[in-house]
Amino acid sequence: MSAHEQFADDLALLAVGALQGDERAALEKHLEGCAACRRELEQLRGDTALLALSAAGPAPPSRSRERLLKAIAREPAASKAGKRRRWGWTLMPWFAAAVFALAAVFFFRQSDRLAQRVAELQSESTQQQAQLERAREVVSTLTSTNAMRVTLVAAQTPPQPQGKAIYVRDRSSLVFIANNMPALPPQKAYELWLIPTSGAPIAAGTFKPDTHGSATVIEPPLPAGVGAKAFAITIEPEQGSATPTMPIVMSGAGE
Amino acid sequence: MSGADLKAGVTDATLVAAIRSGDEGAMATLYDRYSSIVYAVGLRVLGDTGAAEDVLQEVFMQLWRNPGVFDASRGNLGAWLAVIARNRAIDSLRKRRPETDIDDVVVSVVPDMAGDAGRARAMEKVRGTLGSMPAAQRSALEMAYFEGLTHTEIAAKTGEPLGTVKTRIRAGLMALRKAFEA
Repeated sequence: MSAHEQFADDLALLAVGALQGDERAALEKHLEGCAACRRELEQLRGDTALLALSAAGPAPPSRSRERLLKAIAREPAASKAGKRRRWGWTLMPWFAAAVFALAAVFFFRQSDRLAQRVAELQSESTQQQAQLERAREVVSTLTSTNAMRVTLVAAQTPPQPQGKAIYVRDRSSLVFIANNMPALPPQKAYELWLIPTSGAPIAAGTFKPDTHGSATVIEPPLPAGVGAKAFAITIEPEQGSATPTMPIVMSGAGE
Repeated sequence: MSGADLKAGVTDATLVAAIRSGDEGAMATLYDRYSSIVYAVGLRVLGDTGAAEDVLQEVFMQLWRNPGVFDASRGNLGAWLAVIARNRAIDSLRKRRPETDIDDVVVSVVPDMAGDAGRARAMEKVRGTLGSMPAAQRSALEMAYFEGLTHTEIAAKTGEPLGTVKTRIRAGLMALRKAFEA
């Protein structure tokens, strides 16, 4: 059961209407903040409803039927709308007054703490906003089509294809940036592979370099928490493959 | 019963929709379907035929006046009416003002009861499940539900510890749930 075990018995009592006093108040307070227990209570009420069906006895006298039909004939449909009070309605003003009184006391006591907490949250929120802005800038720089991508290599070495994979295992988050990639044959794409520490290579997105040979793969869908020992690139059909087609055109192991 | 027989295949939801537009015949059909269980619940709680007839009248008048409150997605009408009858009867028994709002009534697991056979099967199954429970467990459940006693009152009446009463009531409900999940 997903509800809290310590409340299980009391939830059943509440469902059958047998819980009163402090225990009922404590449980109702808990229910305000616990969706799992609210769901369990709802289900227990459904179970309780079955009990009503166990009642058996003689059929009602036929005069009951006549009495009902006469009564409904006196209240025709035209006069039905919006004139009847619901059960419990008469208690509504008292209930509302009690709720307001309790709320007033509660809020009076809580207001200082709340004001403090709001200030803290505002400060946290501002910090998070700043971090988010910075992250956006970084990603937009990395992925911009206008970005100038310069790979610095030892002097007198012709430009080499180069890929950089940045992988965070805990978040299954991968950013891949490639430069100087040779143009592809028609209907082909490069496919990035995550080579796990054990098991078969996992497809980590396809990409096609732009006219300058640059490409990125950002956050491809990956299984959770896979350890990577290397990344590799193959040439595959445009829609990608489930397993790599040899040869491996580029690869690199983790540092 | 001939009217009800003619309308045997009509669903509760259709009949409730007809009641919304003031169809007295639909009301009579629903009465023929569910008056026995509603009356039986009232009689079980109150032990008095006159009082049980009053509950019967009130429950069906409530449906007539406010059919929109019944939400078919929250269970079937027969079980819903039976639960409302129980709540009204307990309020009357304990001489308290009505405290259970019908909006709160939930009847989630009850199978279809619109047909005579389905109705008989569901009731049979509930009785069978109660019958196979240990006597003390069944009795705790019934004291709470049909006599409106609190767990403290049940403990005082039976001389058992509060914890035992609580556990019995929960175990009883779980047994019912299991019977209808199977």
